[in-house]
Amino acid sequence: MQMPQPDADVIARRAEIIKAMQGIISGEGVIADTDELRAYDHDGLMAYKGLPLVVVLPETTEQVSDILKYCHDNNVKIVPRGAGTGLSGGALPLADAITLGLGKFKKILEIDFDNRTVITQPGVTNLALTQAVEHEGFYYAPDPSSQIACSIGGNVAENAGGVHCLKYGLTTNNVLGIEMVLMSGEVVRFGGKHLDSGGYDLLGVANGSEGLLGVITEVTVRILRKPETARALLVGFPSNESAGDCVAAIISAGIIPGGMEMMDKPAIHATEDFVHAGYPLDVQALLIVELDGPEAEVEHLIERVDGIANQTGATYLKISQSDAEREVFWSGRKNAFPAVGRISPDYLCMDGTIPRHRLADVLKRVEELSQKYNLRVANVFHAGDGNLHPLILFDANQPGELENAENFGADILRYCVEVGGVLTGEHGVGIEKRDLMGEMFTEDDMNHQQRLKCAFDPAGLLNPGKVYPTLHRCAELGRMYVHHGKLPFPDIPRF
Amino acid sequence: MSQTLKPETAEHLLEVLKWAVAEKSSLDVRGNGTKQGFGRPMRTTHTLDLSGLSGIKVYEPHELFMTAYSGTPVADIEAALRQNNQQMAFEPADLGPLLGMAEGTGTIGGVIACNLAGPRRIQAGAARDHFLGFNAVSGRGEVFKSGGTVVKNVTGFDLSKLIAGSFGTLAVMTEATFKVLPAAEKTRTVLALGLTDTRAMKAMSQALGSANDVSGAAHLPAAQAARSGVSYVSGAGQAVTAVRVEGPGPSVEHRCQAIRGLWADKGAQLEELHSQNSAALWKEIRDVRLLDAAEGKQVWRVSVPPMEGAGVGGELLGASGGEVFYDWGGGLIWLAHDGCPDANHDQVRAAVAKAGGHATLIRADADVRGLVPVFEPQPGPLGDITRRVKQGFDPEGVLNPGRMVEGV
Repeated sequence: MQMPQPDADVIARRAEIIKAMQGIISGEGVIADTDELRAYDHDGLMAYKGLPLVVVLPETTEQVSDILKYCHDNNVKIVPRGAGTGLSGGALPLADAITLGLGKFKKILEIDFDNRTVITQPGVTNLALTQAVEHEGFYYAPDPSSQIACSIGGNVAENAGGVHCLKYGLTTNNVLGIEMVLMSGEVVRFGGKHLDSGGYDLLGVANGSEGLLGVITEVTVRILRKPETARALLVGFPSNESAGDCVAAIISAGIIPGGMEMMDKPAIHATEDFVHAGYPLDVQALLIVELDGPEAEVEHLIERVDGIANQTGATYLKISQSDAEREVFWSGRKNAFPAVGRISPDYLCMDGTIPRHRLADVLKRVEELSQKYNLRVANVFHAGDGNLHPLILFDANQPGELENAENFGADILRYCVEVGGVLTGEHGVGIEKRDLMGEMFTEDDMNHQQRLKCAFDPAGLLNPGKVYPTLHRCAELGRMYVHHGKLPFPDIPRF
Repeated sequence: MSQTLKPETAEHLLEVLKWAVAEKSSLDVRGNGTKQGFGRPMRTTHTLDLSGLSGIKVYEPHELFMTAYSGTPVADIEAALRQNNQQMAFEPADLGPLLGMAEGTGTIGGVIACNLAGPRRIQAGAARDHFLGFNAVSGRGEVFKSGGTVVKNVTGFDLSKLIAGSFGTLAVMTEATFKVLPAAEKTRTVLALGLTDTRAMKAMSQALGSANDVSGAAHLPAAQAARSGVSYVSGAGQAVTAVRVEGPGPSVEHRCQAIRGLWADKGAQLEELHSQNSAALWKEIRDVRLLDAAEGKQVWRVSVPPMEGAGVGGELLGASGGEVFYDWGGGLIWLAHDGCPDANHDQVRAAVAKAGGHATLIRADADVRGLVPVFEPQPGPLGDITRRVKQGFDPEGVLNPGRMVEGV
């Protein structure tokens, strides 16, 4: 992974920059000591590490604004960081950049049950948001599996998903407004407690912008009332194909489950050994289908899904009889990552999304690639929305094995694109998938994306080296190559 | 001389745009032109008519998406979806009649460019939330795409959000991919009669905050209710507050009961509308058919936090006269008042600013729309970003110049 060459001039100015930061943030909010900086040397993509120039932990929007303005005026780069749980290296530090952590933005500012909104600072965890409103029976719908640790600001930056996306949407569909500090230090607000925008949808583009457009300092989300009841079916199949057929048949029947997850045999075995959820071990694929809503609706849909599962060749079927049992069904799936972590020194988690009906085909290719690279793989799959997480097992201590695993992963993602899918469903591009962007996008596609970046951060100081494989100067992207000439299609109808 | 160019392929469109860029011409970009009266009036050299780029390209019901050429009539799309018992869940409004055009003639490109939605906005989102990806030519005369056909996709910036609601000022789509979802088996509406605007906001909030998965919540003051084609509503003789639930039969019945229970202490008469009547009422609400929008009236669309609805509505009426009704649980206010040269925009914007939100002048004569900001003004850095985005995508101002903001 090639990162941009650190700017020696900025590194030479380190002492001066630290002093300027201490002028903005007093006390322990400026971290310059090498040992302390180590705590920030990577995010959830553990294979890549590096020390930042300095870490700053501001506590107010004004401080963030002052920091960015200083950096803007003095040509210093910024890497924004939420909880550091991101899996694609979006918060990987740069040697010539300040890592700006939002960890001290920990307050929930307003809970408004009548308007069904919460205004929060970005460092509040995803789960804490739900916990703050659950006494009134509400919750915040997007639930990435890192929800206990990941922050809401990071969720917005990555447009985080979770297991309930098919029915309840991604982060972008649940965020109503943000306050953002631009690289210039200017503070802007997009959206609010109302819906939609009076101009371009800048709130929409800020979601999933991976820290390249601005630093988020406040978030307004919508909250939903918890469904009256939820029940789950645990369904085993003799093949990935029949499990895939069942998923397709459920959707075709007009049913949108609250969650629909699939695991392949290696994932079933790894999780069962770890949490003893009572999963059947003699099946090739396992589906968890959760239906939520009013009691009457859930009863009705459980029956229909039960019928569909039997028609598509299920060999094992269990329906949760209590909330506790439903939790047990989920416990394996929710612990799939640590369970795989137990059986392998290291693993890489891929994140492609594919058209649902290509699932069996893609899993077959993953199996072939597993043999080619001689690395084991376990697959977990958000079957409802087509988001596939192959977990590639490897040992980073074996020379060349990380590279081998990365090549394996890249081949999987290329195949996801080939069958009509995309490189990343919910983890973001970061550095991990940066060099694969060309598999999905042309130069012109990416240049148009970068023109959006230029509108927010013309100097390119925010999170450089992430998402886009080639950094163009904004002046270069603005240039027009105009070919004068006549309308070459004389046959275009005109009036 | 002004021409109307009507490309029939993506290649044609690219050539037209390259030519326009080279000639420094500007284009009035339109589908079927049903929303030409929406936005600031423009002075353009030529017209770009996209109705020749029409047809459904890919429809995979089990994958829950459709790809259609941008000039495809919404009516064709809805007909294809109905055959598979599916729908565009965001329920796009047909603003044609409100804008003095024919009903049912809008295109999918227009729906997305205007980021339309309907009563289900509060539950399912707007066009922006269902718009998965596109192929387009920017004002630079370059082909580009974004997104894909899958729901879960965070690969690169979400340019679909930028294009939705940009009124054709940044790029011209050749094709759009959007989410389609199962249509509900049953739909029913619970009505409460005679609530004041303020009490109606609270009642809708209670229903929306309950576990009954409400998919529409509107309040019609007595005069607007009286115009409904649904006799239960027009015959009420008083204000009507309506809440919709959709889903499988037993669930819908259960939830109607639950909402009636929630509203039992309101001292209001409660009624229920079933399938046909329910659908008819929500279509009237969606398409703004219950306002007195006679010729000469000006119409505003105002988005505020739902519980501010009644307060803002009252202020608007106090300042400009006319009439209002409320959708989105109170968060969407439609205002119609007698035409005046400034469309009362200072008063409207002041009322909205206090509550937080935005107001759009949906209907007024061209000379009024040329003088008064049609969209919510974007002050300071927001305006700067807007101009820089336009500069990046359409540096020569070829596409719908000034449609949203002067100079953009």
